[in-house]
Amino acid sequence: MTINLVPYSDAVTAARLAEKIFRAATRPLRLMEVCGTHTTAIFRHGIRSLLPKEIELISGPGCPVCVTSQGDIDAFIALCARPNIISAVFGDMVKVPGSQSSLAAERAKGADIRVVYSPLDAVELAARNPLKDVVFWGVGFETTGPAVAGAVLAAKGRKLKNFSVYCSLKLIPPALNTLFCESNNTINGLLCPGHVSVITGLAVYEPIARRFKLPCVVAGFLPVDILQGILMLVIQAQQGRAMVENAYGRFVGAHGNALARQVLETVFETCDAPWRGLGKVPGSGLCFKGDFSLFDAAGRFGLAPKRGRKPKGCCCAEVLKGQMMPYSCPLYKKVCTPQNPVGPCMVSGEGACAAHFRYS
Amino acid sequence: MCIAVPARIESLDGQQGVVDVGGGVLLPVNLSLIEEPAVGDYIIVHAGFGIQKMDKARAQEALEMLKALTDMDDDPDSVPSLQEN
Repeated sequence: MTINLVPYSDAVTAARLAEKIFRAATRPLRLMEVCGTHTTAIFRHGIRSLLPKEIELISGPGCPVCVTSQGDIDAFIALCARPNIISAVFGDMVKVPGSQSSLAAERAKGADIRVVYSPLDAVELAARNPLKDVVFWGVGFETTGPAVAGAVLAAKGRKLKNFSVYCSLKLIPPALNTLFCESNNTINGLLCPGHVSVITGLAVYEPIARRFKLPCVVAGFLPVDILQGILMLVIQAQQGRAMVENAYGRFVGAHGNALARQVLETVFETCDAPWRGLGKVPGSGLCFKGDFSLFDAAGRFGLAPKRGRKPKGCCCAEVLKGQMMPYSCPLYKKVCTPQNPVGPCMVSGEGACAAHFRYS
Repeated sequence: MCIAVPARIESLDGQQGVVDVGGGVLLPVNLSLIEEPAVGDYIIVHAGFGIQKMDKARAQEALEMLKALTDMDDDPDSVPSLQEN
């Protein structure tokens, strides 16, 4: 099999798409991307500089670190400080500020915290450290959920009793539904997340397109992918259509990845989950199913997340809902920087505040 | 963080494989979430797992759709029309 990705990074193709967007955009449109990787890619590739003033790009709740609730953050930080625990986390989580501490601060005090690339690395840690409890912090969306489920199945297959997961996994469509139900929604189109859609397929966006009369286009992450997605949204909006379209056909099909969803549904079931900024969103979380609750770190260690205290002055909740631009937050660049983040949107490389800071 | 560029499966051993993520950089990958992976397939890798392989027919259709969208015409006021199938 050969693959020709050259057109998706081709300057001439990008320029043509930009010109088409200029022609098609005859009225102001606010388009929301709901994927932290889109947020970063839009900045990195200078996409905004190619667009007419009529098109405003807004970041939504697509950064998994940013939407993790303060209660979950505090609960995991408290767990990592316990004796005999090895915490395994994705790198972005280390500097996320809790109400009292952070994983970085706890590590400085002696907690055993390992950054892993894959949940399978945490399974391997458990196998190599049979006298310790290894807890993986599952943070992510539909893209990450099957990988965490796959790791749990691997741990079960290896009969590892010292591996568990603190599950903060979330699902995007229920959160979008909650977001757009808010009365102050002014979004005219949705750039849907490419790799969430690899798993889910296209149909999950149909109710959102219909209910909120919102054009939806699934896009990949290369510059031309994003410009193509924006053009298709602008065309839909100008034609008064609100449909689900696909600008990422090479990896996204109508039905997604059924095998990955089957693995996910073997281990997890949906539950209500707390989101930063959105509160408790019905059916938006993943919880362990049946006997797999043996792998649930919350149950194993008796963790009951409390309502966490929002960092004083932090506007992450408004930023991730697209209601405020990062530079409008009173803390932005003054006291909140990637070196000294106050809120999670400045911590994660995918957070809107961190992306604005690095690239603006 | 999603990885924009796909990786090519270089070798397979059951559910484990090795992918080239570009420039000859090789990484181990778990392929249990992909139907019938094969050496030479281009896949999306996320958190150590392959999560989808490229669909050749759809990739070709997508390129043709992109070409149709970017075909320039002489009418500066024209708006490209695009209907989903």
